[in-house]
Amino acid sequence: MSAGASALAAPSERRQPGRRLATRLRELAFTRSRRRALTSYVVFIAVWQLGATSQQWLGHALPVLSALPPPTAVLTTWGHLVLDSGYWHSWLASLVRVAGGFAAAVVVGVPFGLTMAMSRGFRGLAFPVFELLRPVPPLAWVPAAIIFWPTQELSIDFVIFLGAFYTIVLNVLGGAETMDPRLVQVARSMGASRWNIFRRLVFRAVLPSILVGMDVSIGITWEVVVAAEMISGGGASGSSSGGGLGFFIWSSYVGGSYPQIVVGMISIGLAGYLSSAALRRLANRFLPWLEARS
Amino acid sequence: MKDSAGPIPVVTAADGVELRAVGMTYGRGREAREVVADCSFRIERGRFTVMIGPSGAGKSTLIRLIAGFERPTRGALTIDGRPISKPGPDRQVVFQETALFPWMTTLDNVRYGPSARGELTPANKARADELIDRVGLSGFRARYPSQLSGGMKRRAELARALVNDPAIMILDEPFRGLDAMTKRLMLEYYARLSQESGRTNFFVTTDVDEALFLADRLLVMTHIPTRVRAVIEVDLPRPRRFADLTGDDRVNEIKMRVLSLLHEEVMKSFASGSRAAADFIDAFRRRLSPPPPVTGP
Repeated sequence: MSAGASALAAPSERRQPGRRLATRLRELAFTRSRRRALTSYVVFIAVWQLGATSQQWLGHALPVLSALPPPTAVLTTWGHLVLDSGYWHSWLASLVRVAGGFAAAVVVGVPFGLTMAMSRGFRGLAFPVFELLRPVPPLAWVPAAIIFWPTQELSIDFVIFLGAFYTIVLNVLGGAETMDPRLVQVARSMGASRWNIFRRLVFRAVLPSILVGMDVSIGITWEVVVAAEMISGGGASGSSSGGGLGFFIWSSYVGGSYPQIVVGMISIGLAGYLSSAALRRLANRFLPWLEARS
Repeated sequence: MKDSAGPIPVVTAADGVELRAVGMTYGRGREAREVVADCSFRIERGRFTVMIGPSGAGKSTLIRLIAGFERPTRGALTIDGRPISKPGPDRQVVFQETALFPWMTTLDNVRYGPSARGELTPANKARADELIDRVGLSGFRARYPSQLSGGMKRRAELARALVNDPAIMILDEPFRGLDAMTKRLMLEYYARLSQESGRTNFFVTTDVDEALFLADRLLVMTHIPTRVRAVIEVDLPRPRRFADLTGDDRVNEIKMRVLSLLHEEVMKSFASGSRAAADFIDAFRRRLSPPPPVTGP
């Protein structure tokens, strides 16, 4: 798509090098897919605004939509919150929890999955219990986790860990299973050791699946952290500022500030999107052979 | 050769790869499937042996046995007199479709063998470079397999195997899937390469023209379970060219013989297949048709 557009733009660029920036900007704003995306955003926000303010311009409230705070109110509230350190503390608290639980899931899940992939014996022993525990939703662990772990913080981290752990392990296993067995045969016939085969072949073959697993599971961790913070009351500090974004939404609801609920929701969405984007960026750096496909 | 008394060159029993009464059965009991039965032959050192047989006859199984990826159910395999028990750098396999490591560049792929054995010496590095040059991939050292064409991948794979200086190259329909033109070029190229090095080659194919172009010695295999049906010496001068192979009487004579043998074997496989199919259809029809009406006396 973009390659085609730049190819079309190339002759005019050569003739008028001074207008390159203008051409680039036009490309950016006026490709068909971008126009569609922009239209989609505008229509969404317009419907939301009109629906939310239907009482004023229509005379009677539309169902469902009129219960929403209008985007203008959400923006105004957000404008105030951006200057409030408590809002940013909520971001930080959730971010630290997600980072901790997610990192633990990667550190435990990747070697666990790889060991199962490399050793049939270990897989036979570990996989049945794994499959037994996997259907239990992470949130069902919240009360048990609060009892198990000495601090509430640790129990939230643990639930986040579970949210990411299963997905990562399953992706590692799936990646190892789809590996071409001839690659290992080639390496064996060249006299490679088991460790070399693991390090240079199996791990590399599984790496894309590990990164896909991380990408999917970081989305799950944001789902889990919100629910866990709502249920547990937002961590040990107990104050509304230290409770994370989940608790921020909950306390906005309890306090009756509806625009603030929406700000919290958008913030969570944004956090999930940003962490996924960052991870994907990191992934591409580690997978040059997939990038190189042309 | 110097000890040979008669016209037949003396080859010591220990030379090359030898299979003695090798059998391979997969599965047990009712599931058992005999793929190789009482198969004996020798791959003579320094010669180009081509194995040809109907597809699905168990040729790839024989390759896995010689490479040491699997152990036979019966019989024995030796290389230069030593029993084959596991894979080794003395036997390099080039598979049907590309088995290059996708995450390594051409250079890293070719260097993999020496590097994995901890033998990435300056001499071996130079050898890898030289092989890359010889297979015409000098400009593609830093490319990943996904960036190479089908023919380039095959050449990179040949270089990756040859860098280990194997006693025998085992090639399992390595040029299958390439277009006709590329395939022909690859065959001429590989024939020249192995003639120069005098290396032992074991080449598996289902294509008679390919077999005649390459072979010093041709093993015609039976339908599954596979055995050697005939051994044919292909005494055609080298270097050979495809153009010369078409009109030559000697070539046509060998070709007709191989084709008639293969035809018999393929018909056997069809016959056993169609017999089973006929039985099935027959049984099916009997089940569908209503029972004959009972007529009272």
